[in-house]
Amino acid sequence: MNTEMIKAIGETMIGLIVLVGSLIGALSAFGLIRLPDVYLRSHAATKSATLGVLLILTGAFLYFAFYLEHVSAKLLLGIVFVFITSPVAGHLNGRAAHRTGVPLWERSVQDDLAGIYGQEKEVRERDPS
Amino acid sequence: MALQILLNLIIAFVWMFLYNDWSSSRFTVGYLLGMACIGLLNRFWPHDFYMKRVWAVIKLLSLFMRELVISSFAVMIQIVRPSLAIRPGIFALRTELKSDWEITILSCLICLTPGTLTLDVARDGRILYIHAMDIEDAEMLTNQIRGTFEKAIMEVTR
Repeated sequence: MNTEMIKAIGETMIGLIVLVGSLIGALSAFGLIRLPDVYLRSHAATKSATLGVLLILTGAFLYFAFYLEHVSAKLLLGIVFVFITSPVAGHLNGRAAHRTGVPLWERSVQDDLAGIYGQEKEVRERDPS
Repeated sequence: MALQILLNLIIAFVWMFLYNDWSSSRFTVGYLLGMACIGLLNRFWPHDFYMKRVWAVIKLLSLFMRELVISSFAVMIQIVRPSLAIRPGIFALRTELKSDWEITILSCLICLTPGTLTLDVARDGRILYIHAMDIEDAEMLTNQIRGTFEKAIMEVTR
């Protein structure tokens, strides 16, 4: 009876982990529609999704390990690759947007990067090496 | 450091040879034994014990996990609030890290924690331009990143 109960509780916990992960994914998709400019949208798209994917894959890994007796290294590799690639994608999207002059949301408070690209260009024209 | 790891592996394999047993549990016992030997002879090595660095990496990962969870919830609360009460902006962070690897890791960690996004790195690599979702106080955010990530990365690499 005891092992049955522990099994049932474990299954519920893993289900909860996966459910929370998918809720986070849904919320970040909602943020993608709702937020006003490119930079804020990339916050929603790349960030909340990392935690969501982490939770879903961890839930799947735990289920496979404890209930099907199969330690799946592929799922862990999936987590690692998501964590390597998603910051690079977010960074490049934001950088390309700012370089091509996509404006920030009108209620943004400061922009320290504004004049930098112009200066860089001047320096390069003066000294082409 | 590489030498210490190699020696540790050799001790583990010698332990396996002595028992004539090729299971992974025997290897683990041998590895732990070798780790203890190298750790006890710590004073005679020219470099620090390599487990110190492994420990620093573990500390960095746990710090990152904590930040990830905390700031994910902060961002999600901002998203579902009926009125958008955020003040986004770009601020410059002057970093003390020097080598390319350190700066890459710092900017990746900043990108991964929700609410902040590295937009660009200055040509000399000393200034990171960060887009933050909610700037109350750029000074405070800067100090926060310096106090947590920069310090933890320095512990790993130096």
